[in-house]
Amino acid sequence: MFRNLFFAAVLAALCAGLITSAIQYLRVTPLIVAAESYEGTAPAEHAHEHADGEAAVPHSHDPAQWAPQDGIERTGYTILANLLMAAGFALIIGAVSLLFNLPISWATGLLWGLGGFAAFSLAPAFGLPPGLPGMPVADTVARQLWWGLAALCTGGAFVLAAKVQAPWVLAAAIALVALPHVVGAPQPPEAGTAVPAGLAASFVSASLFNAAVFWVVLGLVFGRLHDHFTRQSAGAHS
Amino acid sequence: MNTNTTANTATGLQSLSISQRLIAGALALMLGLTLLVGTGFAGDYRLHNGAHDTRHAMGFPCH
Repeated sequence: MFRNLFFAAVLAALCAGLITSAIQYLRVTPLIVAAESYEGTAPAEHAHEHADGEAAVPHSHDPAQWAPQDGIERTGYTILANLLMAAGFALIIGAVSLLFNLPISWATGLLWGLGGFAAFSLAPAFGLPPGLPGMPVADTVARQLWWGLAALCTGGAFVLAAKVQAPWVLAAAIALVALPHVVGAPQPPEAGTAVPAGLAASFVSASLFNAAVFWVVLGLVFGRLHDHFTRQSAGAHS
Repeated sequence: MNTNTTANTATGLQSLSISQRLIAGALALMLGLTLLVGTGFAGDYRLHNGAHDTRHAMGFPCH
């Protein structure tokens, strides 16, 4: 039984990870690379940003630090990271399915995918819009904590609404979805950036589109394969 | 037999005992979170730089 769920998760992650890699390669990463050319071109703001809490965080573009070479190596690491991230997300929704006894099937796969997109992309992006390198940001750990809070509250609201059908549950779920936004995401310092506004806007829509496709594929393939493996093992036992 | 197969498919998860479900669920959660934190959140510069474009593309908080 667990093997069915595990294999379905891993194969769904493989599909979703490869598809997001293709979308990123074609539409998202070029925007990141374009933004990197503006990084450091506004030295006053950059220094200010670091003084604002980023000083302790090692900067990724320090020449002394390892980073993949642009080109095949960088693309390769991105694909690897996408696959591992996809496996992580697939195992997390598989775990939620097991812990709360909410089956992932062909019939519910789309809901799982849309729920994952809302919890792990849309809700965090409402407070922390997907940003390009070189844009002013608040303290990284504070943003990571808020991101986790937004994902947990939104996902928790969906599980609650799916498990318990009562009017008060709907109200509680809505309150839970709203909570992280009432708390408020850490705001970036008032600093200018050399990254063009059009580039940043394109990036937000491209990354949300990318995440939506990733999650819908993950949910649908996960559900379809879980059905398939379950039917197969049921056939083998009878 | 057909009816049986359909019933098994529909109740694939429900037929497990609660403790089995919770243990498997907790293990999957731990493994999944480890992968997610490793790719999306870890501060180590090698992990950060290797997964840099993934983090930006998926809207994880990055530098």
